[in-house]
Amino acid sequence: MGTDTRALEALANREYKYGFVTEIEADSAPRGLNEDIIRLISAKKNEPEWMLEWRLKSYRHWAKLEKAAAEPKWANIHYGPIDYQDIIYYSAPKPKATLNSLDEMDPAVLATFEKLGIPLAEQQRLAGVAVDAVFDSVSVATTFKEKLAELGIIFCSFSEAVQEHPELVQKYLGSVVPYTDNFFATLNSAVFSDGSFVYVPKGVRCPMELSTYFRINAKDTGQFERTLIIADEGSYVSYLEGCTAPMRDENQLHAAVVELITHDNATIKYSTIQNWYPGDKDGKGGIYNFVTKRGKALGKNSKISWTQVETGAAITWKYPGVILQGDNSIGEFYSVALTNNYQQADTGTKMIHIGKNTRSTIIAKGISAGHGQNTYRGLVKILQGATRARNYTQCDSLLIGEKCGAHTFPYIEVKNSTARMEHEASTSKIGDDQIFYLQQRGLSKEDAVSMIINGFCKQVFRNLPMEFAVEAQKLLSVSLEGSVG
Amino acid sequence: MLQIKNLHVKVENHEILKGVNLKVNAGEVHSIMGPNGSGKSTLALVLARRETFQVTQGEVLFNGKDLLAMKPEEAACEGLFMAFQYPIEISGISNAYFLRAALNAIRKYRGQEEMDAMDFLPFYKEKMKLLDVDERFMNRSVNEGSSGGEKKRNEILQMALLEPKLAILDETDSGLDIDALKIVANGVNAMRSPDRATIVVTHYQRLLNYIVPDFVHVLVDGRIAKSGGKELALALEEKGYAWVEAEDHTAPVAV
Repeated sequence: MGTDTRALEALANREYKYGFVTEIEADSAPRGLNEDIIRLISAKKNEPEWMLEWRLKSYRHWAKLEKAAAEPKWANIHYGPIDYQDIIYYSAPKPKATLNSLDEMDPAVLATFEKLGIPLAEQQRLAGVAVDAVFDSVSVATTFKEKLAELGIIFCSFSEAVQEHPELVQKYLGSVVPYTDNFFATLNSAVFSDGSFVYVPKGVRCPMELSTYFRINAKDTGQFERTLIIADEGSYVSYLEGCTAPMRDENQLHAAVVELITHDNATIKYSTIQNWYPGDKDGKGGIYNFVTKRGKALGKNSKISWTQVETGAAITWKYPGVILQGDNSIGEFYSVALTNNYQQADTGTKMIHIGKNTRSTIIAKGISAGHGQNTYRGLVKILQGATRARNYTQCDSLLIGEKCGAHTFPYIEVKNSTARMEHEASTSKIGDDQIFYLQQRGLSKEDAVSMIINGFCKQVFRNLPMEFAVEAQKLLSVSLEGSVG
Repeated sequence: MLQIKNLHVKVENHEILKGVNLKVNAGEVHSIMGPNGSGKSTLALVLARRETFQVTQGEVLFNGKDLLAMKPEEAACEGLFMAFQYPIEISGISNAYFLRAALNAIRKYRGQEEMDAMDFLPFYKEKMKLLDVDERFMNRSVNEGSSGGEKKRNEILQMALLEPKLAILDETDSGLDIDALKIVANGVNAMRSPDRATIVVTHYQRLLNYIVPDFVHVLVDGRIAKSGGKELALALEEKGYAWVEAEDHTAPVAV
């Protein structure tokens, strides 16, 4: 028993694999937030007037919220006050990263992505996956752009979209998550630096996975990316984002906004593998992850599906939701959230049923280990006009050890009597009996735990694109190593 | 194959096994019987290396190696298999996936090449046939939603596939109707071979009509109080355990 426990503890204390820092020269804004900083960010990006106006409008609203101490406090998470004037809101690797080819890219940045397993160089690109790489505040490379352009698909950095496709950005920006939505979304609207933009034209099925890889590198910076995906009538796109950050003792703020729009008969599948630095085993450092993600299933028969695997970040506050506006539209939310050591997660979804015959499915799996606290918070709202709306919700919690916690807060509001709602919930523990059974069949303790966890998460993993499902499984076992002794 | 010498085992300061001696040779089937609380399941679990038990004295050799120094998975890879009294459920993991992982863990330990799905499936199907198990079963989650009888049958199916050197069946007959009992017994009998040993832990003589043991041992209060041939089981059925308990505890033990 003794040597066993020690071996597991050694594994637990293994360092976060992505915790390295890249030494590069960065072009950073001064610390703090005011109108000048907003103007500076906008100027750095050479933005048109309308974009700056939107940012300023957002900033003024945010300043009011901050004065009113309107930072949301209702979530089941605990952290010290965030000093918004002590954050650097813009940092970009020098030289400025509008590149014509990867040859012009800082080799240190290129090497960073290679080290993370995201090769950007032409000859080593991931087959079947187009990647947009975002390093601190800017997008540094987007692969397969030309190939996608042949089909009329736009896949580029947000900054580029503002320059090249202003009509699309103006039409859809803030149409799902308005700049007034919430404290963190408002902050993002003021200072967002980059992110991805996708437009899939009518009737086009995107032939490859689109993926964005976010990397925070610079110290004391916040990352505020913004992603906007539009699927026009009858189109289909599957999109995946991944994220990592260096190990630092200070907490870093990440406040992103993602907006998805589907027109008639269109589908967007959005997957996240979130692996921000979670802090050390004593809860020091780590990313504060305050994210607003929402999709609008605008057209009839359209579908938006969120899949998330949240294993990183010291704090996760995120509720990817779907506004089911079109008749017969479908919203899905599949989630695995893991909290180990002192991580805290308050995550779930919002399904707002507006159209007739709208359907939503929620499968949320929470895993708590160490001192981790895991909260599912979900809202299902059936509005008056949503005749025959249906929802199925399943929340399962798995506890490992004695010091962690699992909490479930489902909110249900039904204003139409033809709605059909189902809710199932369970809480279980990984028992010594289960582990022993698998060991008796020849599996090591670590393999036994990882098998039980993967079984628990299967309903979620099977919604991930194949390549990433394998990745997610591995990530989960690494994040949990040492939590069973 | 297995040699247990003067085994003493405690749980939370309570001594459960008080000096068990037993020798099992390859090719033999031994039955361990005894009343509730006599330590039968404890003995089985200690041999399978369950860590909740504390061995205070004694020695166990498994094919010449110190069994008590092994982790559960090492004992399994060395060829020890236990059919559980209460098999657990693993949600979301199919029988086929689980068993192939187990088989490959054992093969890897022995320096053999791992088996891919193409080779594994025909092998698995053959064993399913032996135990009269529907092929669809392999895609179901391990023991999830199964009846007690189905779970026991799955234990024997796993055993047939993993081909252990020493199989320990812990109350495999409990919860089985007579038809299932016959199928399970047939599975066990089909595996009898000169290089494999089996220990059948049971409460009742009933199972031993189908799996005929070479030796029967009666465990009473943490010691083997009586040993004999298969006729001992019949005598027990007739006279009850009180008969053995009443006899002298220093009666000769099989070593």
